[in-house]
Amino acid sequence: MTNPNARDLFPGALEMMILESLRRQPAHGYALVQHIQQRSNNLLQVEEGSLYPALQRLLKAKLVKAEWGVSSTNRRVRTYEITPAGLRHLEEEITSFERMFEGIALVLNPGKSTAN
Amino acid sequence: MSWIQTIFRRRRIYNDLSEEIRLHLEERTEDLMRQGMSRKDAEQAARRAFGNRTSLEQRSREVWQWPLAESILSDIRYALRQLFKSRSFAVTVVLTMALGIGAAVAIFAFVENALIRPLPYNHPSRLTVIFGSIPLGPKFHLSFPDYYDLKKMNKVFSSFEAYDANGFMLTTPTGAVQAPGARVTAGFFRTLGILPVLGRDFLAGEDKPSAPRTVILSYGAWQKRYGGRKDVLGQTVMLDGAANTIIGVLPQSFNFAPAEPAEFWTAEHDEGPCRGCHWLFGLGRLKDGVTIEAAQADMTAIAQQLAKQYPDSNRTQGEAVFPLSEVVLGDIRPILLLLMAGAGLLLLIACVNAANLLLVRTRSRMREIAVRGALGASRKRLVRQFVTEGLVLAAVSTALGLTIADAAMRLLTQLVPEQILAGMPYLQGLSLNLPVIGFTLAIAIAAASLFSLVPVLSLSMDEMKAGLTEGGRAAAGTLWRKLGANLVVIELATAMVLLVVAGLLGKSLYRLLQVDPGLEPNNLAMLSVSAPRESYQGDAKVLALHREVLNRIAALPGVHMVSTVNKLPVGDGDFTTTFVIVGQPNDGVDHEVAFRQVSPDYFATLQTRLLEGRFFTAADDASKPHLALINHALAQKYFGGKDPVGMQINYDGAPPSSAMLVVGLIQDIREGQLDVPARPAFYVPFDQSPHGYFSVVARTSIDAGSMLPTITETIHGIDPGIAISGAATMKQRIHDAPAAYLHRASATLVGGFAALALLLSVVGLYGVIAYSVGQRTREIGVRMALGAQKITVYRMVLGEASWLILIGIVIGLLGSIGSATFLRKLLFGTQAWDGFTLVSVAAVLGLSALAASYFPARRAASVNPVEALRAE
Repeated sequence: MTNPNARDLFPGALEMMILESLRRQPAHGYALVQHIQQRSNNLLQVEEGSLYPALQRLLKAKLVKAEWGVSSTNRRVRTYEITPAGLRHLEEEITSFERMFEGIALVLNPGKSTAN
Repeated sequence: MSWIQTIFRRRRIYNDLSEEIRLHLEERTEDLMRQGMSRKDAEQAARRAFGNRTSLEQRSREVWQWPLAESILSDIRYALRQLFKSRSFAVTVVLTMALGIGAAVAIFAFVENALIRPLPYNHPSRLTVIFGSIPLGPKFHLSFPDYYDLKKMNKVFSSFEAYDANGFMLTTPTGAVQAPGARVTAGFFRTLGILPVLGRDFLAGEDKPSAPRTVILSYGAWQKRYGGRKDVLGQTVMLDGAANTIIGVLPQSFNFAPAEPAEFWTAEHDEGPCRGCHWLFGLGRLKDGVTIEAAQADMTAIAQQLAKQYPDSNRTQGEAVFPLSEVVLGDIRPILLLLMAGAGLLLLIACVNAANLLLVRTRSRMREIAVRGALGASRKRLVRQFVTEGLVLAAVSTALGLTIADAAMRLLTQLVPEQILAGMPYLQGLSLNLPVIGFTLAIAIAAASLFSLVPVLSLSMDEMKAGLTEGGRAAAGTLWRKLGANLVVIELATAMVLLVVAGLLGKSLYRLLQVDPGLEPNNLAMLSVSAPRESYQGDAKVLALHREVLNRIAALPGVHMVSTVNKLPVGDGDFTTTFVIVGQPNDGVDHEVAFRQVSPDYFATLQTRLLEGRFFTAADDASKPHLALINHALAQKYFGGKDPVGMQINYDGAPPSSAMLVVGLIQDIREGQLDVPARPAFYVPFDQSPHGYFSVVARTSIDAGSMLPTITETIHGIDPGIAISGAATMKQRIHDAPAAYLHRASATLVGGFAALALLLSVVGLYGVIAYSVGQRTREIGVRMALGAQKITVYRMVLGEASWLILIGIVIGLLGSIGSATFLRKLLFGTQAWDGFTLVSVAAVLGLSALAASYFPARRAASVNPVEALRAE
């Protein structure tokens, strides 16, 4: 269910979170959705299908690679795995995201700074 | 992945994606079922949780697409489908446009090759040809001493060279043959700015009589006769009995039209002190900043000086300066421009026809357009659809038009007789090169704009709403009918102009062929004979050969009569001399006329009429007093009303002992081309002035062409060393003569355009009338139901058609009278406003157009009023 108060993620946020999840462990689409929703304590309501355009973009940019296989529960699944290029991209994105986050926090709460 | 790989793998990517999503939904469904939901509820919940599957799948696919390109491609596919559905429309438009485009591009290729592309020399606009100008005309030859003085004394040319384009006798193992070529002064190629591609150019002074004889080959000769071998330099060629060393080869792109075809280029060694012997043409490069007029003035001034210094030879000898481009292209320029205009008009008609067809089709698609608009198509999208259809039509028409143009160019070049083609190097080497492709693209863009704009503009009349209602059609129909009708009037007028021009050219050709050449052209076989100087020295040997040739050929079965002349008629009319009438005071003006040496039976062979006196006989040989026969033109011009027979004439400056008695007056023979008046000429017996170079003319009792090989063999049977050239029949000679050829070519081509134009415009008229009838079916039904007779319907429809035809013809008449003033140069014996042509052309157009309108009229009259009122 979509929360009427939810806002859209900024562009690239979903890709970043997918990459981070895949960094921890390769997974297929359904599992990824579960993973992101659990880890965000359900604060983020992601439309399940919206993962797929993001995954295709990552595939096209060769930040992830995909392979058909069989899951632990004996289902046919397409498992995604992060590539070295994807790892590098993730590092850069996290750094830039954290910088942006600090900047916004500073503007909203002058005097209160987070760790550098 | 690179984009090429992407295209190939896309299907797989899409399949993987679809399957992935399906599995995702399944997994979610099973999870929910495990939580206790029923299958149906679980599936629904899974779908809701997933989101809009179709849209998300589409967005995922778009990652691998180029949306703009894809939608353009789909537009094109849709356009092709639509066009295929209206096949007859598409085919008609494409064929019509392809014809127009093909004609325009083909003619443009000729125009570009001949007129637009500069001549293949250095700064060709500075090059001029210098002719000898005499009272007889401005394009005669110079003599060597005159050339030399002009070269020394002029102040306007940075270089002044000369050329003489008579061929050579090439000695081959099988005997002497004619080889085309030219003799030039040493600086000739340097003046043109041409460097040999192999070997070297002539050195300064290599044209002196004492210099060793050298020759430069044309590229074609090098390939043809020497196989393109590099070791050709240093080999010798026997030309005119002298050994010439090959020193160079000209570039493949080189040609010099006034001398083409030319295989051998030697240095002009014959310096001859004879100031009255003219056989050269001059080639001059103007100094920077000097105009042609200034050059002409300079030449005239020098001519006057020479006239004072050498009154005997130069009293009436002047010089005329012409730009080289005019000498090369002067004859063909007006014809090419005429053809370009004709092709342009044909293209105009084709475009108008296509526009008309598009209008009709757009009207009939109004319903479809309205529905699409109601379903949510934006105006932009609809416009894009029309533009795509227009582009597809334009692209297909242009592609087809290009192939038609290519075929036409090939065909037209093949139709030109070989010797004329050889003398017009700019007609060779036609290809679809850059300027031609550029021209084609320009037409294609114009066509595409036309095809796109016509439907779009009609769309903007906001018919979308009207199209959905039934009544709206009637009002709109009238508007399109009027527009279509106006366009057809333009077509008819244009066709009228083309038909008139074609008619005038045709009449010109007819008049030209009616010209009496002064001889009977059927069954005359001719060839030129050249006795090698070494073997036939002295008059006695030449006369003996001459007699033997005549005897042997006369004895051939199939030969009725044979004779010789030194220069064949219907040629360039050259070979002139000045003469005086003995006993008449010299009026200070040179009488320069043509003159010929003929055997006694010459006039009988040609069947030229004797007007007074007698012909030569075999008895009139060197032992008898000198005789002459004069033609009617000479008698008119120089003898006034006096009877010339019995009077004496003599060569100007010759001793009284060589005076000739005029024994007869003959009808004019056209020594020059048929489109110029006959030149004054006199004829002397061959026996009294023999020469080793003469032409044999034989009247045959069977087909002349088939006798030529036999005659050639016979002469070679006398002496295989005799060179024979130019074997042809008189009919061929007249038929292929430049004047006849140009007239025939332009009449045929413009006639072809006119026929196509007539066809297209009549078809266009048919279309408009048929459409109009279709629109008015209900009206006609009502009228007939109210009691109108069939004849009234006929009158209605044919009346509308006749009105259009009449306006078209009148506008066309005005247009053709206007354009005919440009034609004056090309017409022969025909006025630009020839009444007979205008009336007959108008009748042809009017009748064919009326005939085309008859069919829709008949259909209208056979309308069943009940059906018409019922069907909508």
